[in-house]
Amino acid sequence: MIRLTRDPIDHAALTEQVRRRDCGAVVLFLGTVRDLTGDEVTVALDYDAYPGMAEKKLAEIEAETRQRWPVGDMILEHRLGHLEVGDVSVAVVVSCPHRAQAFEACRYAIDRLKELVPIWKKENWADGSTEWVHPGA
Amino acid sequence: MTVLLFARARDLLGVERLVVHPPEPATIGELRQRLMRDHPGIAELVAKSALALNDEYASDPTPIPVGAEVALLPPVSGG
Repeated sequence: MIRLTRDPIDHAALTEQVRRRDCGAVVLFLGTVRDLTGDEVTVALDYDAYPGMAEKKLAEIEAETRQRWPVGDMILEHRLGHLEVGDVSVAVVVSCPHRAQAFEACRYAIDRLKELVPIWKKENWADGSTEWVHPGA
Repeated sequence: MTVLLFARARDLLGVERLVVHPPEPATIGELRQRLMRDHPGIAELVAKSALALNDEYASDPTPIPVGAEVALLPPVSGG
């Protein structure tokens, strides 16, 4: 399952949702808003997306992950809007029969998400300035 | 043809969509060149951005079908 949301991510509920009798391993990755980038202080992030394409790419990543590993269930959820330091911006949770598969599948899904999904974050720095984050540009 | 803008491109130009006047660019590469020429304020960003056609990444040689939804996607930073 994939989802874009403007509400806080209930990662405990998502983790419960993928637990299955045939899966002995559940791996959860959370991306959270960090307070420092180098020496610069972040007070908040704003996330924006190209929503239709973002949902399509998230669904493709789920399909790719399921093709490569014996996933029991998985959820990719990304939050949009204004997030404060410490808030959860993304959750990837995967259940598999065994732990190595679950770790690998979860790592693959978050790495692909960061590479492919049209979502952008804007830094709100402590000095009041803002800056869209575009790696390499 | 209109091109959807996001993130820094949207802020730099102050609009959510750009109208590209005829003659319509035939390919993604032609559109990229046109955007860089007509909007020097985002030229550097356009050079490093992806373009999408109907919700799919499209390389420069890709033809642009009539009526396609076109979007300029600066390097992504989700997660």
